[in-house]
Amino acid sequence: MKRLLGLIGFYLLVAVIILYAVFPFYYAIVTSLKAGSELFSVNYFPMTWNWGNYVSVFREQPFAYNLLNSVLVSFSVVALSLFFGVTAAFALGRVQFRGRGFLLLTVLGVSMFPQVAVLSGMFELIRGFGLYNNLLGLVISYMIFTLPFTVWVLTTFMRDLPKELEEAAIMDGAGPWEIIFKVFLPLMWPALVTTGLLAFIAAWNEFLFALTFTLTNDQRTVPVAIALISGASQYELPWGNIMAASVIVTLPVLVLVLIFQRRIVSGLTAGAVKG
Amino acid sequence: MATAEAEIADDRLAGVAGNLTKAQQSQLTRSRVRAAWLFLAPMLILLALVAGWPLFRTIWFSFTDANLSDLGSAKFIGFENYLTRIDGEWYGVLADAEWWNAVWNTMKFSIISVSIETALGLIVALVLNATFKGRSLVRAAVLIPWAIPTIVSAKMWGWMMHDQFGILNHMLLGLGLISAPLAWTASPDLAMVAVIMVDVWKTTPFMALLILAALQMLPTDCYEAARVDGIHPVKVFFKVTLPLIKPALMVAVIFRLLDALRIFDLIYVLTSNSRDTMSMSVYARQQLVDFQAVGYGSAASTLLFLTVALCTVLYITFGRVRFEGR
Repeated sequence: MKRLLGLIGFYLLVAVIILYAVFPFYYAIVTSLKAGSELFSVNYFPMTWNWGNYVSVFREQPFAYNLLNSVLVSFSVVALSLFFGVTAAFALGRVQFRGRGFLLLTVLGVSMFPQVAVLSGMFELIRGFGLYNNLLGLVISYMIFTLPFTVWVLTTFMRDLPKELEEAAIMDGAGPWEIIFKVFLPLMWPALVTTGLLAFIAAWNEFLFALTFTLTNDQRTVPVAIALISGASQYELPWGNIMAASVIVTLPVLVLVLIFQRRIVSGLTAGAVKG
Repeated sequence: MATAEAEIADDRLAGVAGNLTKAQQSQLTRSRVRAAWLFLAPMLILLALVAGWPLFRTIWFSFTDANLSDLGSAKFIGFENYLTRIDGEWYGVLADAEWWNAVWNTMKFSIISVSIETALGLIVALVLNATFKGRSLVRAAVLIPWAIPTIVSAKMWGWMMHDQFGILNHMLLGLGLISAPLAWTASPDLAMVAVIMVDVWKTTPFMALLILAALQMLPTDCYEAARVDGIHPVKVFFKVTLPLIKPALMVAVIFRLLDALRIFDLIYVLTSNSRDTMSMSVYARQQLVDFQAVGYGSAASTLLFLTVALCTVLYITFGRVRFEGR
């Protein structure tokens, strides 16, 4: 009897956890399917299936551009940080040299930088390069938070690869370049997928730089676009549109995360990096 | 230990064939080190460009009267942005009541939200560590808040906490817990509560996953011993589990704390520039961008940087102590 009660209590706790985690997003979907004045009555289940908000979010602002911007920025950030991350991780993970520990600590230190702490300097830099209100400016500035953890996680992974592989490659006369790209890279797919995904999510969700370094609506990324959706007045926010836009940006990330959940969990804990 | 092993491995790599002369070996090692620096260079240059240089410039700006519309004409004014006395009155960030309000808000937010996240994270991690049907479903569900962009979380909860049409008020009214709808994000008393609620929802999964990783590395034998001795699970948790995962827990807490100290997006979107929730980051950005006072805002940014840097140094020292202790 006591056992049964314990079991019921446990599954009750499980149900509460699931409900707590899932409900807000579920409610966003329910809201996004409402039209007009239906918004102002609270419903726990979708009453009508109204896709109007999904259409109007694209019609009333350049949301397609915003999505495209987010995709371009995120993919470029992933590609760049993986490339620089892999080459640096080879040096930091496989070669002993003086100052290695110091470099690793520096990289770790950079990942702790508050973004605001570099905001004015970064603004000057981006304007100096003529990249204000330009996606390339965002890509470059995002390196400050994706590069450190990419380097950090890939270094820990690279360090654990078997030495024999490298020895055999050196015997065959392979240089460092071949060792990285022909010997190690094929083995590193799990780590690359994990760090790539984390970098993608970080870039996809970034807000402060995107808000500060873009000016016009068609250069904005999705998070800024959503934050700035406004109605006729402060009290008339078009909640239906906001929720539809929110669902649209969240779904791709959510699908990726659920597909690769094992990878992500191991990546998060391996580097203890921020998501 | 690890370093010595790696050194041996490196020596072995250098003398791979076994029939290389000493000179050839050291030449191989040297060329490896040279290659290493060559591979490091792009990353280091990029990092210096996007992190080192902007940080240096921000600190420099904090000693100038720079203005956003004309950064070039900034003049050095010493510590005036931080603290200065003009006609018997104190001026500067350190004399600004709004700044200290932002500091106090940030501290309050960080400590309360991280404490709640740790407690809830522990519970979720313990649940996920048990074997039961549907465990992978729970883990997937728990990842959802983590995966949702912060801006979206802020908007979603902003809608749920809407004073007139929000489902949260509807629920609480239905349960009879409140007698009138609450203005969650607008009222001075509740705005910080609202921010903390959303942050807890969003970051508890991260905490839970870090704690779960620590739980899964625990040795099973002491649990078996405890079970054989018939010790109550609650006692086992406090006497065995908690002390064993404490180092990992501390690292996770400090990590989250550093993250919480620089909070910006959630507060900016949920309550905008409201005085009741303004964090140090929001204050600095408001000065920098809205008021165009780059010098003054940079001084605030630099102070935030120093706060976080101090915590980071503590974290790294703490992390190393743990590393050597093993």
